Amino acid sequence: MLTESQPHFRQPLLRTPFHERARSLSQLDSFIPWSGYTSVDVFTSVEQEYFAIRNASSLYDLTPMVKYRISGTDALRFLNRLTTRDLSKLAPGRVAYTVWCNDEGQLIDDGTVFCLAAGDYRLCTAEWQLDWLRASAIGFDVEIREVTDEIAALAVQGPTSCKLLKSIGLAGIERLKPFEHATLAMPRTSAAPIALQVSRTGFTGDLGYELWMSPTDAEPVWDALMEVGSTRGVRAIGSRALNMARIEAGFLLPRVDFVSAAHTLLPGTERSPLELGLGWLVDFGKGHFTGRRALLAEKARGPRRQLVGLDVAGQKPAHAALLYTSRSGTRQAGSVTSAIWSPTCKRNIALAIVDAVHATTGATLWADIYLNRELVWERRMVPARVVERPFYAPARRRATPPADF
Amino acid sequence: MSAAGGLRYDSLVIGGGHNGLVCAAYLARSGRRVLVLEAASQVGGAAVTREFAPGFRVSACAHLLHLMPPSIVRELSLDRQGLELAATDLPTTALDPEGEHLSLSLATDAVRALRSRCAADAAAYEEWQSLVARIAAALHPVLNITPPRLGTEDWRDRMALLGVGWRLRRLGRRDLRELLRIGGMCVHDLLEDRFRLPLLKGALALDAVLGTNYGPRSPGTVLSLLYRAAAAHGGGSFVQPAGGLGSLSEALARAAVAAGAEVRTGSIVERILVSDDRAAGVRLASGETISAATVISSADPKTTFLRLLGCEHLDAGFVRRVTQLRSRGLTAKLHLALARLPEFPGLDAAALGGRLLIAPSADYIERAYNYAKYDEFSSAPVLEVTLPTLADAALAPEGRHVLSAIVQYAPYTLAGGWSAQRQRFTELLIDTLARYSPDLRECVTASELLAPPDIEREFRISGGHWHHAELALDQFFMLRPVPGATQYRAPLAGLFLCGAGCHPGGGVMGLAGRNAAQALIREAA
Repeated sequence: MLTESQPHFRQPLLRTPFHERARSLSQLDSFIPWSGYTSVDVFTSVEQEYFAIRNASSLYDLTPMVKYRISGTDALRFLNRLTTRDLSKLAPGRVAYTVWCNDEGQLIDDGTVFCLAAGDYRLCTAEWQLDWLRASAIGFDVEIREVTDEIAALAVQGPTSCKLLKSIGLAGIERLKPFEHATLAMPRTSAAPIALQVSRTGFTGDLGYELWMSPTDAEPVWDALMEVGSTRGVRAIGSRALNMARIEAGFLLPRVDFVSAAHTLLPGTERSPLELGLGWLVDFGKGHFTGRRALLAEKARGPRRQLVGLDVAGQKPAHAALLYTSRSGTRQAGSVTSAIWSPTCKRNIALAIVDAVHATTGATLWADIYLNRELVWERRMVPARVVERPFYAPARRRATPPADF
Repeated sequence: MSAAGGLRYDSLVIGGGHNGLVCAAYLARSGRRVLVLEAASQVGGAAVTREFAPGFRVSACAHLLHLMPPSIVRELSLDRQGLELAATDLPTTALDPEGEHLSLSLATDAVRALRSRCAADAAAYEEWQSLVARIAAALHPVLNITPPRLGTEDWRDRMALLGVGWRLRRLGRRDLRELLRIGGMCVHDLLEDRFRLPLLKGALALDAVLGTNYGPRSPGTVLSLLYRAAAAHGGGSFVQPAGGLGSLSEALARAAVAAGAEVRTGSIVERILVSDDRAAGVRLASGETISAATVISSADPKTTFLRLLGCEHLDAGFVRRVTQLRSRGLTAKLHLALARLPEFPGLDAAALGGRLLIAPSADYIERAYNYAKYDEFSSAPVLEVTLPTLADAALAPEGRHVLSAIVQYAPYTLAGGWSAQRQRFTELLIDTLARYSPDLRECVTASELLAPPDIEREFRISGGHWHHAELALDQFFMLRPVPGATQYRAPLAGLFLCGAGCHPGGGVMGLAGRNAAQALIREAA
């Protein structure tokens, strides 16, 4: 019923089909591990890469994103029991962002579900889930196959990304709406066209697409994009630049903003979707799903903590800062999980987990920031205002058709 | 009292085995309208008397009543409901291949006989039995409670935990220290520490592993021995109901009906119906649906959750725990129809009517167990034998007899398959018995062997385990059957469990049924 992918232990870190191209562009040789693959952290400079996302287009290799093909008679029933959203409305050609929880209603992971055809889905997640998927498959007629290494994936994100994709010949790309996917042909002069699955999805909060292709097509697609993009400010980017964009967009990163309940050891460190502001993904009316009864109970008594956006005074990012209720720093209110100086918002922003009582928009907390000033450490207690997320949400991310540059 | 919400029944009990019937009787006594749905054509589940050869009847699984507390017999007035005892205080005798059989009684002459064979063992045996009695007295009340949960704020959980602690503390320093020392041990080590006679060690080891998936060297077997003693505390003698164990079930059914419950046989429950995330009734195989405010299942946890309820109504982690519940039986049952009473040289009439143990040493049992680990059966199997017709001639035609034996070990997934091996194994069992009764073979006119897959099929017990789920430390008390369903309550509102898969387990005790009824009544209060 279930098959596993090739054993990862044979090669500690795999290389993605884009690896050779990435390596030739990398000036820092700064690679990090991601789900068993080498992944670029920074190519040249984080700032340049970041501005490619916001002002032109960026290429980000997301092949290591763990992918599962889920099919069978019970595929929809299985996914609806697994995740918190009602996926019965998800038609072929659509993508849904969703989360799933353990029995206690604590978040295991988030991810996207692609409906490829009736009864045929692809689930993309940050971390391996096979164990949990197998447990969830007991009693369901469903086949689950890890297809991570069968699909090369490339994110093309930025205000000019639609134009860039049109320039490599993807006709009709401008009609693709957010959370839709379609298979488009990339014509080639001396070879057969490449079938590219394109989804209008991303992790930047900007206009952007994700391309899903056979590993053998990875280099030709990369080369085509780089060729037309070379005069348009297109850049390959690493995880650090992407991280800045996703904080501005208010997206959560596993192991940074929350630890999967599958990995937490200490009691109280797991997080529920209600605490993480993902309550809108939880559909209590669709029938039973794992964690539903626990989440209903949590909803009734109110979540204990809440993820919030913070606007921090000053310019120094509040990395890992403890948050207090007053300047005196006597009563802790929570702690910062992600923080940057946002170049686009020109604000010092952060994501934080705070006790639910402090989660009201407009409330002022105090961030205890440690600064390294030429090797002299200083401590600053600065006000941090609870603000709405996302910090940055340009209208172009949803415009269909997108602007034609 | 009329049923809630205009429904005809307050509670449906799935399964008319002894636990289901006990539960129904107690619920009906509390004023609820209860309907028991039994799939078979007669009540009793595995506590049933049935014909296995023309004119020969026998208790199909357990053949002696040992663990049912007198309080249940009294509270449900089972004597007035027709429960008669054909024999009480049945003796236990360890059979010796050389004919030097050993009575395990604590009666004066038996102890004297043991002393003459080994004075040290006689003293050690008395001392051991007295320690077991003290521990059993301390642990016995634990069987009557809903197991507490850890880490809750519920005062009932805390009181129950305190109660367990207090009872153990009352054992006193010496006994508590000994309990903690031996509690996790294997029975083999314990017996090596205390006794010398292989026959005595074999008999005691058999009581520790009977009905389990363990051998004497398996960890936790002292616990199962003590647990059995705790369950037997307060009653404890081996009793043979007239008409077999089925009469007990019939008396329980009459008690339930007398209290106001209805009992329907031949009603196979196919599905537990769910409405608005609550158990709302059942659908029968006939297509009929019956609604009720609560559903109580005496079926085993796997059948209840995976088959009758369905995984889609449960959380994935819970379903995984249920799937991983160890519930395969390793115990078979042999029934022989005998043309006349076979001779057992060296046994007097009283001993012959009691329990006869074929387990000449602890190592003999362990060797038999070795084969079971690899899905084979041993050529030297372990048996607990009774001849029920000695006390209850009505079970067989005039002058004929029945031999009923519990057999260890009979793997569920036997190499070669049961259909191919059944006859060979039966012959082997008869040969084993013939070592103690030379003329047995010529007396046999018919035989029946119920292997775990047969028990699974006939009694609808997933895995064919008599206790529904192995009684072991990790499936015990606060962990039984699995975390998330330990208080007779399923994760789904309105659904309860009352079978042997719950605390305190099987063995024709009825306590799971009574505890479940009390938990349900308490919850409604």
